[in-house]
Amino acid sequence: MKDRFNLYRFASPATFYPLAGRLIPWFTALAVIFGLAGLWVGMLIAPTDFQQGEGYRIIFIHVPASWMSMFIYLVMAFWAAIGLAFNTRLSGMMAQALAPTGALMAFISLWTGALWGKPMWGAWWVWDARLTSELILLFLYIGYMALTAAIDDVRRADKAGGLMLLVGVVNVPIIYFSVKWWNTLHQGSSINLTKSSMATTMLWGMLLMAFCFWMYSIAVALVRARSIMLERERHTDWAKALLTGAEK
Amino acid sequence: MIYWKSFSDFLAMGGYGFYVWGSFGVTALIMLIEPILASRNQKTLIARLKRQLRAEARADQRNTAV
Repeated sequence: MKDRFNLYRFASPATFYPLAGRLIPWFTALAVIFGLAGLWVGMLIAPTDFQQGEGYRIIFIHVPASWMSMFIYLVMAFWAAIGLAFNTRLSGMMAQALAPTGALMAFISLWTGALWGKPMWGAWWVWDARLTSELILLFLYIGYMALTAAIDDVRRADKAGGLMLLVGVVNVPIIYFSVKWWNTLHQGSSINLTKSSMATTMLWGMLLMAFCFWMYSIAVALVRARSIMLERERHTDWAKALLTGAEK
Repeated sequence: MIYWKSFSDFLAMGGYGFYVWGSFGVTALIMLIEPILASRNQKTLIARLKRQLRAEARADQRNTAV
């Protein structure tokens, strides 16, 4: 029993901190490789779109960023639920580490959407369901960061923030299904499981870029998680040993 | 294999250059700056915590000497 592989061991910051440090270069490398491949396929090989001309190429960052903005929120809400249910130390740190990256993904989604909307619809911004719910997602990220930063006691900050994340999770299906539920200017989803409305190279470009954004988010969130962990655990033996030792 | 006829053709993006490069440029900037800030933050944090730890150790020594 003693030698059995124990997943719970990684829930301890003392084990997670060095593990995260070793994983960061790998996720960074994967992000760069997927990014270069995605840009190569999407920007150099993929043909033009018969309706939108070359302007459609914004899709190669717009869709991955939008997916990540929703996915990161779901992951944060997952950590919030774990934290509230089991009172685990690591969950609050993970949620906080992800928040700025999620907010930036939501911003990229809105920014590239505006630059795509202008030539295609003639407007940088319209108050339609898809755009408005994505803007609310950005506000949820900013609200979560402001709320947790405003409460000095980290355990209480995690609880309050976690509750906010769980309430806000209702917004994610609204974003995702908004193009089906309401009449909107925004085009429907470009891919689904059964059939795809895109050429194969376009699809590959988008998927490669999505992997790039995914690996990037993991890498940068792990860097931030390490900082949060070290700061919060600075009085513990493992943190002191690490700080007094030669390790970086 | 490559879709574009020339480099200027590539830059022009069929007239959508401003919108396409405006999107890719800002995204690239964000994805360069965010990791740099995060790792710089980590380095200054480690330096600060080390300083604090040394200060605490000195204070402890002084107290035991008295």
